[in-house]
Amino acid sequence: MEKTLKKYFLIFTLPTVIAFAFAFIIPFVQGVYLSFCKFTTVGNAKWVGLDNYKTAFSSGQGFTSALGFTAAFTLISVLTINLLAFAIALLLTRKVKGTNLFRTVFFMPNLIGGIVLGYTWQQMINAILYKYETTIVSNAQYGFWGLVVLMNWQMVGYMMIIYIAGLQNVPTDLIEAAKIDGASPWQTLIKVKIPMVMSSVTICMFLTLSNSFKLFDQNKALTNGAPMKKTQMLALNIYETFYGRTSYEGVGQAKAVIFFVIVAVIALTQLSFTRSKEVEQ
Amino acid sequence: MTSSRSKASNKIIFVFLCLFTVAILYPLLFILNNSFKGKFFISSDPFALPSSETFVGLTNYANGLIKTGLIKAIGWSFFITIISVGLIIFFTSMTAYYITRVKSAYSSVLYYMFVFSMIVPFQMVMFTMTSLADKFHLRNPLGMCLLYLGFGAGLSVFMFAGFVKSIPLEIEEAAMIDGCNPLQTFFGVVFPILKPTAITVAILNAMWIWNDFLLPYLVIGVSTPYKTIPVVVQMLVGSNGNKDMGALMAMLVLSIIPIIIFYLTCQKYIIEGVVAGAVKG
Repeated sequence: MEKTLKKYFLIFTLPTVIAFAFAFIIPFVQGVYLSFCKFTTVGNAKWVGLDNYKTAFSSGQGFTSALGFTAAFTLISVLTINLLAFAIALLLTRKVKGTNLFRTVFFMPNLIGGIVLGYTWQQMINAILYKYETTIVSNAQYGFWGLVVLMNWQMVGYMMIIYIAGLQNVPTDLIEAAKIDGASPWQTLIKVKIPMVMSSVTICMFLTLSNSFKLFDQNKALTNGAPMKKTQMLALNIYETFYGRTSYEGVGQAKAVIFFVIVAVIALTQLSFTRSKEVEQ
Repeated sequence: MTSSRSKASNKIIFVFLCLFTVAILYPLLFILNNSFKGKFFISSDPFALPSSETFVGLTNYANGLIKTGLIKAIGWSFFITIISVGLIIFFTSMTAYYITRVKSAYSSVLYYMFVFSMIVPFQMVMFTMTSLADKFHLRNPLGMCLLYLGFGAGLSVFMFAGFVKSIPLEIEEAAMIDGCNPLQTFFGVVFPILKPTAITVAILNAMWIWNDFLLPYLVIGVSTPYKTIPVVVQMLVGSNGNKDMGALMAMLVLSIIPIIIFYLTCQKYIIEGVVAGAVKG
């Protein structure tokens, strides 16, 4: 069977491979190469070695401050989203009436796109700040916490759904056994439920971490980096380096490579770290 | 006694969940409310309901539609999303089937490249991909669909491949013995079994493509008639200094309505699909 199928490899794989080559393989290889070049279009590249990488970290580029902002934002939003989502998932697995309706409503924001959401929240936050005669772009703190609230609003429902699925899979006899042994609800939560949902924790940590770290649309719509690029995240910083002014394309590409390496390292360490804490079911 | 206590605590939980529901719905009601107010009244008292003085009926909607051409953008968003998802389901399922069933170097190289592409952030390839798209005349809706097939291939092939592995070989062998060629076997026997995964893949990709901003913004741009919803919303805010807040509110409302209708009609599939996607991804 394998042999007959093998003859059909063009029909089965070619369309996907062509599209994949256009969207990913060729641009990726070119991108790595161009990060060592000075260029304004792909055609006029000149090899400059590590210059772009050196420039990327120079102070005028805002890359390191964007990295700091992104790291702080990611840390806070990963913690708040997961705590809130897990707490709500616990509440929604207690057979309170209206559970299904709550679930439906809480999940909904996750479907709305970042640009639309960003402007919706920009209007909301500005309406509140207007009373104090200021706006979201006047202080970097407003932009930071605005973004945290927005991300929570969007992602808590999504993570909650995953935690609920995990909690529902915890065998009830385990919880019963803990109760009979005299465990308090708190002990049951810490010693039984949480270890049993570690696989959900892995997934949720991974999703919130990568979504927060790579955030672009919401950042662009909510503050667009204002004031003075202080609320600029990495993805937006890279975008601005490419398209905000000319002749910095090489630096933009070098930043993109650094960004990719950081994302890959975070993803891999985080996965192996939480995987090691999972309990075999 | 414990039951009355847990009843009381369930009531507190219920109240808390209701408050959270308000927090989730409030931003949406806020823009809906303000979309009916005259543009000069929105900032003066953004939280008040429209009064006879501030109410302007559908004026903001009419203004916004004329300024942005949002109706057309909704059409293009539908077109691009549906065609892309169709292509992704059709071609990536075939590719996933091939690389799981045929054990060769070609298959495993492809598989690892697809998995690898999932962790690469878009910024890494955006510049080079855009210039490649320019060179090959892909800066149009159908070209976009091809690019989405390429970008969606990673996750989609990965998910289909995971499911194909669990299908017993005997079924396909029986079909082959009955004289089916690989294409007939795939579409007659394997694809129907893949249907639950296909729904998950379709939902995940549809949500992503519908809301995607940067790819259509860079590839199709703002000066062509093929703008999608996020691009149009971004333009409305970004283009003019004194922005028409009324029109913005109205356009945000209109952008969200299709998503809510879609969510309410296929809620069950969406939630299941997203959970399945998260768990496997």
